Amino acid sequence: MAQKKGGKSAASDDPEELARMPLQAVLLADTFNLKFRPITLERPKVLLPLVNTPMIDYTLAWLVSVGVEEVFLFCCAHAEQVKEYIGNSHWGQSHAGFSITTIESNFSMSAGDALRFIEGKNVIRGDFILITGDTISNMSLTEALQAHKDRRKKDPDTVMTMFVKRSKPMPLTHQTRLGNDEIMMAIDPETKQLLYYEDRFDSSKRAVTLDKSLLADNASLYLRTDLEDCCIDICSPEVLTIFLDNFDYQHLRRHFVKGLLHDDIMGKKIYTHEIDSSYTARVDNYRSYDTISKDIIQRWSFPLVPDVLYAGNRAQMRLQREGIYKAPDVTLSPSVRIGAFTAIGSGTIIGENSSVSNSVIGELCTIGRNVSIDGCYIWDSVTIEDGCRLSHSIVCDGVHLHTGATLEPGVILSFKVEVGQNITVPAYSKVSLLPQPSKQDSDEELEYADTNSGVIDSPSIASISPANIEHDHVSSFDTEQSVLLEGGLSGVGYIWTSCETGNEEEWRYSVAPIPVEKLKEFYAKMFDEDESSSDGEQTGITHSGELISESKSTDFDDSDGEYKGDVSKFEKEVEETFERALGGVAEENVQLEINSLRMSFNVTHAECAGAVFQSVIKSAIIASNSSKSNLLKATIDAIERSKGLLSYFITNVDEEIEVILKFEEMCMEITREFAPIFSSVLHQLYDKEVITEDAILKWESEKADADESDKVFVKQSEAFLKWLKEAPEEDDEDE
Amino acid sequence: MPDVSDFILKLQRRRIEGSHATARQTAELLRSVVSQTRMPYTNQAASLLDAVRAVGEQLIAANPVELAVGNIVRRVLHIIREEDLSSSAVSFEGLMISEKSDDEDDADQKGGPVLSAAAVAAAARSTLRPRSLQTLLEDGPLPAAPSKSSSAGDSEGKSKSDKSAVGKRLKHSVIEAINLLIEEIDDCYEDISEQAVEHIHQNEVILTLGRSKTVKEFLYAAKQKNRSFRVFVAEGAPRYQGHVLAKELIQKGLETTVITDSAIFAMISRVNMVIVGAHAIMANGGVIAPVGMNMLALAAQRHAVPFVVVAGSHKLCPLYPHNPEVLLNELKSPSDLIDFGEFSDCMDFGAHGGAPLMHVVNPTFDYVPPNLVSLFITDTGGHNAAHMYKLIADYYSADDLVIKRKSTSSN
Repeated sequence: MAQKKGGKSAASDDPEELARMPLQAVLLADTFNLKFRPITLERPKVLLPLVNTPMIDYTLAWLVSVGVEEVFLFCCAHAEQVKEYIGNSHWGQSHAGFSITTIESNFSMSAGDALRFIEGKNVIRGDFILITGDTISNMSLTEALQAHKDRRKKDPDTVMTMFVKRSKPMPLTHQTRLGNDEIMMAIDPETKQLLYYEDRFDSSKRAVTLDKSLLADNASLYLRTDLEDCCIDICSPEVLTIFLDNFDYQHLRRHFVKGLLHDDIMGKKIYTHEIDSSYTARVDNYRSYDTISKDIIQRWSFPLVPDVLYAGNRAQMRLQREGIYKAPDVTLSPSVRIGAFTAIGSGTIIGENSSVSNSVIGELCTIGRNVSIDGCYIWDSVTIEDGCRLSHSIVCDGVHLHTGATLEPGVILSFKVEVGQNITVPAYSKVSLLPQPSKQDSDEELEYADTNSGVIDSPSIASISPANIEHDHVSSFDTEQSVLLEGGLSGVGYIWTSCETGNEEEWRYSVAPIPVEKLKEFYAKMFDEDESSSDGEQTGITHSGELISESKSTDFDDSDGEYKGDVSKFEKEVEETFERALGGVAEENVQLEINSLRMSFNVTHAECAGAVFQSVIKSAIIASNSSKSNLLKATIDAIERSKGLLSYFITNVDEEIEVILKFEEMCMEITREFAPIFSSVLHQLYDKEVITEDAILKWESEKADADESDKVFVKQSEAFLKWLKEAPEEDDEDE
Repeated sequence: MPDVSDFILKLQRRRIEGSHATARQTAELLRSVVSQTRMPYTNQAASLLDAVRAVGEQLIAANPVELAVGNIVRRVLHIIREEDLSSSAVSFEGLMISEKSDDEDDADQKGGPVLSAAAVAAAARSTLRPRSLQTLLEDGPLPAAPSKSSSAGDSEGKSKSDKSAVGKRLKHSVIEAINLLIEEIDDCYEDISEQAVEHIHQNEVILTLGRSKTVKEFLYAAKQKNRSFRVFVAEGAPRYQGHVLAKELIQKGLETTVITDSAIFAMISRVNMVIVGAHAIMANGGVIAPVGMNMLALAAQRHAVPFVVVAGSHKLCPLYPHNPEVLLNELKSPSDLIDFGEFSDCMDFGAHGGAPLMHVVNPTFDYVPPNLVSLFITDTGGHNAAHMYKLIADYYSADDLVIKRKSTSSN
């Protein structure tokens, strides 16, 4: 054999030499995004179970099956965990013709960094397969690999072959199957060369802008929106060099592919290979986690299916009728109802009258009586007590749900979270034992500047539960703060605010099905493009992504209350922003932020002014340490300090009146300690030119025919008003 | 052992398919396992059995649907038992009989090459087991067996004290017997197709489904003997192996008609005989066969057409089928049936309220109950379904039906 090789290579030219290299693959065991937070804080994404088998097992099994001999496993976040897993699994043991080398780098922030790091290691010798550790596939590679090599021989500028798969879009929602952004590609029908790639294509716009030269240079091209990007590429070694040369390339698609196509770097070419019968998909977000799990259960990924691919130590699941996978040592009460397409892992116990459908349940779980589980992904060693209701949620290892807990659609419970008795975790909330990290290490640094986790904790709860909900509805508290509430035992964990995944798009990425309202909206959009589109957009933004919070608030308030809830929520947001302003954020930024809040909540200028004023007064209360003597002084200080901000938002008489009314309201309800000094504060506001006398006088006249009880403050400030009425003449005289 | 784990991985990943290939490779693997096993001085057979059982258990678990693996493992275990029994029998009987039958033995040994271990095993089998009709017919008059067995090993039998020699001999004879087994697997097509002319007559119409190599060879053999007959081939959806078979038959000059599976009932009245291959034959005479076979068998029964199953002896499985539609079946990817790209909009679970509405079921195998099968043709001849368990009893030891490693606490 060796002799043969030697003889041939002596005679052959370079590309053929490449062809005989052992097939190499670069497996990125890090996805460089935060879509699986908070789960990925504790465990790397590639080790998360997909139908009870870690994702990376699927990827490695595929790599072995296509004849890859050398895998470079690049780990970054949680590198030790990945290495430990590989070491303990059968992948780590030597197989004939298959080896895994782990490459670890702690400071790579993107796929681009990773590839540059690998280039530095100088291990890639020929064409290699680039894949992430969360890709599930059963396709064959031979044909595409041969085509790639043939193209390379003809044209050395070919650097990459991208795999794409046809996926018919939904007429209504378009490509929502995997929760990815829609992709549009332009492909040469003859050569299959990729000419254009847009991964944030918006099909609702019904227009696309192409470079003129694209049409001029190519005799014909296909524009396709029915393709899924498989995220598997055959790359030439040049790809690494290109990454090295363009050190600003981070994202494989957004920067590298687009860069190559748009900037036309050195005439490098990318080709596509469309796979037909086989299956490939990448777990990119919770939606695709759900979809791909279901595809696997339906055996699209055969032979990478739960009853074949299993490397754990416990009994393997067996397929039974109706697509039910069950390990032999599962204990089910006779009255348990198991619906179709469900997988139940080894050692799990399910109690009487419970029902499970469309779900995956991991190993060693204990599920009590009368529990209903629909569309959930329950990982290992989870305890669910009697009467819990779970729908469309992901429940990680070691979670404990106490009696009667309810998970609404889209909930993510990270490792070892506890949910107390009869507590309802609102839809789309993410709960973790770890506090939400400060935003320094995230790419969106704008929203949250503080680092104190305790501070985050409470607002995050507040922002999820609509205003006016008693505190026993709040499900989660920090371990140390864990408090016994009237409603029963509290849970353990922090509720995270959703901010990574683009707020208004939560429905798209969530594990829960698309809400009916959203579908209706799509439906309306299809038929009435002009009218409903603006309407739809607004609802999308108004509720800052917590789509369900809208429906929730209707549960608690009447129809009028929904609006009220919004305003109070807005006020809360403003208050938080203002607190940060005190922490030293530049005034312009605060202005900007409050303005954007005003727009997103769709409140009037006057309401906004009122909210800002309220925040100022509240800060004064905090500053005064609630001692009455200091209060006036603190208030004056506070007003002085935020004069600029106030004058920015309070621009006309209407807004000024709103401020006074707001103040009045506050004095009567929330901050009664201000009641005695109402007139003094009013005077101060006048002095600092926050409020003009016109506004004050108008306020007085408005109050003229109000009830006696409403006139308390008018009376209190009678002296001041009287003085005001006399003052104009003086002013005039001065001028 | 690296090749064991490699083979297990291949089985797990479904890289090896088809009972013939699996059976052959399993036998080869077990041969190397036997040859690599270190033999202790005492209880050698037990240690060999343990070694094979340990590997066999893993192999069966790797792909429980591929019954040929289990069959071969059990065959090898059986071989070891027989060899052990025969060698000990030889030791005793050799001592007793050697005196009086010396001449006879010499003659025997001169007459041909030294009798193979398998022959000894066959002889031992007949001495140590209640005789079935099969063995009675195969082995001829009873008293011959013990005398033969004694003849084979009598010279070594005398050197019973030399334990290492005995050990080596056991191992060697086992390996030789496995070699015979491999040969038998290789030759099964030939042995079966030899019988073709007895079953296929002039101007008959034969119907088959899918593509089975055994059926193909069977038909070839009949053609070679200048029988002229016509073949209907049902295409065997969803894998359409029937198309391949039709092409191969046409190349051999056979008149071939391709029909869809759904046309089977319409065509069956014109058919004289149905000949099909099988994935496995169970102990009750039931057949695990490619999907669609049950429909064909029912159609054949309805029209009183003989339904003949041809299969090599490595497909004989000593197990009884319990819930074979599920437990002995494998559901493959729906992509055989439908195009993913065309149906992906039906699998947008998010837009459909989270529950999959489309179910695609793609089973690999059908179970044909024994009463539908008219005749089995294996390498040893034709058999009735009701007779299968007797035939199977000749190949397997009852102790090996359940392959579970015994706890090795004694060591």
